[in-house]
Amino acid sequence: MLLNVGPSHPAMHGVIRLVMELEGEKVKGVDVEIGYLHRAFEKMCETVMYAQCFPYTDRLNYVSPLINNVGFALTVEKLLDIDIPERAKYIRVIMSEISRVTDHLTCIGASAMELGAMTVFLYMIKARELLWELVEEITGARLTISYVRIGGVKADLTSDFADKTFKKIAEVRKVLIETDELLTRNRIFFDRMKDTGDISAEDAMAYGITGPFLRASGVPYDVRKANPYLIYDRLDFEIPTGTKGDNLDRYFVRMAEMEQSLRIVEQCLEQIPEGPLAADLTANVISAAQMVDRAKIGKTEGLIELQVDLDPTLEGGTKKYHTAINANKRDVVLPPKEETYSNIESLMNHFKLVMYGHGIRPPIGEAYFPVEGANGELGFYIVSDGTDRPWRVRVHPPCFPIMAALPQCLVGDMMADVVPTFGSVNMIAGELDR
Amino acid sequence: MTPLQRVQEKFSQEVIETHTFRGDETVIIRSNALRAVAQFLKETPELDFNFLMDLTAVDYLNFADGQIKREARFEVVYHFYSLKHNHRLRLKVPIEEKHPEIDTISDLWPSANWYEREVWDMFGIQFQGHPNLKRILMYEEFQGHPLRKDYPFNKRQPLVGPVN
Repeated sequence: MLLNVGPSHPAMHGVIRLVMELEGEKVKGVDVEIGYLHRAFEKMCETVMYAQCFPYTDRLNYVSPLINNVGFALTVEKLLDIDIPERAKYIRVIMSEISRVTDHLTCIGASAMELGAMTVFLYMIKARELLWELVEEITGARLTISYVRIGGVKADLTSDFADKTFKKIAEVRKVLIETDELLTRNRIFFDRMKDTGDISAEDAMAYGITGPFLRASGVPYDVRKANPYLIYDRLDFEIPTGTKGDNLDRYFVRMAEMEQSLRIVEQCLEQIPEGPLAADLTANVISAAQMVDRAKIGKTEGLIELQVDLDPTLEGGTKKYHTAINANKRDVVLPPKEETYSNIESLMNHFKLVMYGHGIRPPIGEAYFPVEGANGELGFYIVSDGTDRPWRVRVHPPCFPIMAALPQCLVGDMMADVVPTFGSVNMIAGELDR
Repeated sequence: MTPLQRVQEKFSQEVIETHTFRGDETVIIRSNALRAVAQFLKETPELDFNFLMDLTAVDYLNFADGQIKREARFEVVYHFYSLKHNHRLRLKVPIEEKHPEIDTISDLWPSANWYEREVWDMFGIQFQGHPNLKRILMYEEFQGHPLRKDYPFNKRQPLVGPVN
């Protein structure tokens, strides 16, 4: 019997179509059809300036958008050959790891819900909400964050961020223990996950699968260990692996990885170099309009000590923070707003970076930079022709090879096993179809 | 010896150019040597490229306003990774506009199967010997290949379904 599942089906998170050939309840063959969420990410990136690509990258893997931002920024920085301040590196790692936890929480929560464990889903979404509150506090948005900048990040951490994060991590850990008790010793969950959707290590590597999916098959490949970027080589964390590569192993690997990510966040918060957090941000504040007016009529005396009252969307990016979280590169990083408003050189600098036909100009060349996304190796390949717009942006989406190997996992299993297997893939249509 | 040097030594006739811009080792080879080089990359124990991480193409039509002369319009780009040796290699194959054809490597790395379909879909490059070369992201009725530089980014081709 030929059975069509999707493209819009409650158990298919995201839009995808599976055409399955069944014999009784056994799956004999699967045809995977993708592309329902294709939004021409790569084409659109060719039409805008480098900095304008960030909003597009947010929408690739929309469960952990910060990692996409970091990956894109690192690739452009590789093209430009610039280094960023230590503090910005730590902030990027902290935000990436928080995103990884939210991604895994969504994946396990959603696939548990599809197996009937509604409570687990609600608990995990609660934990994800705690982490998203942190993301929201720093970036000002929950999903479409566009937080990372080429050469740094948009805003510094808030002064009480560390305390809040430690508290929230403790709560997330509690949720993880609760859900572990609810799922791992649950007969129904265990039996449906065990020995279903398995893939051998050889097959997984041949298909180019990376991330938790590959590690569950027993291959300890993780970009953070193999090609450490940012400050991952200074951190102490483990790469959890499975043995059989079935759904249960993937569940265990994701659960263990969340603990490792939380450990990384804790270590980063302890190691992070002191920023200008002690700066008094309430003193000497005037409005932007006043500052511009004073500068225009030449009353520049004492202007350098003043701070500007910024729009809430730019909070954390004032001059006092700016140097700690951005590379000292005038041809890449926008000057702090205080300088843009008060002197002509910085105003010109600002316009040179934001105007069409000017902007950031990497030299002619190409670069590929892999980062560890929540689903595996997320690589950006950018070709520059020396202008302000990328000639070609290619993203290697971690879901893509997994979806190509999906028939391998499904054939031979029962129809009912499609749901947990598909859940453990954690397909994100945004990055799969781009 | 780096992977780049090994390929250069073995295929000195077929290698057009090599470079290591920003530390990425890159080899550009002739398209008729692709299968031989791919086999060499996969089967030599010192190279052991067991991952085909990425496969894509770039359209160099009027690149840098035509200041840089290029004989071939397209380039198919392969990114290989070896788990054992933890090294990477980028392989590029120029393809001419007149005959956008190249051999498949989907029998060597199954991951190439979908990537090649995507390159066909987006650039219209044919992969000889591919088991199932059809569009993957766009729909069957789609006209043209959207990532080619002469395809306007704002062109729309709505797919109107059957009227029930």
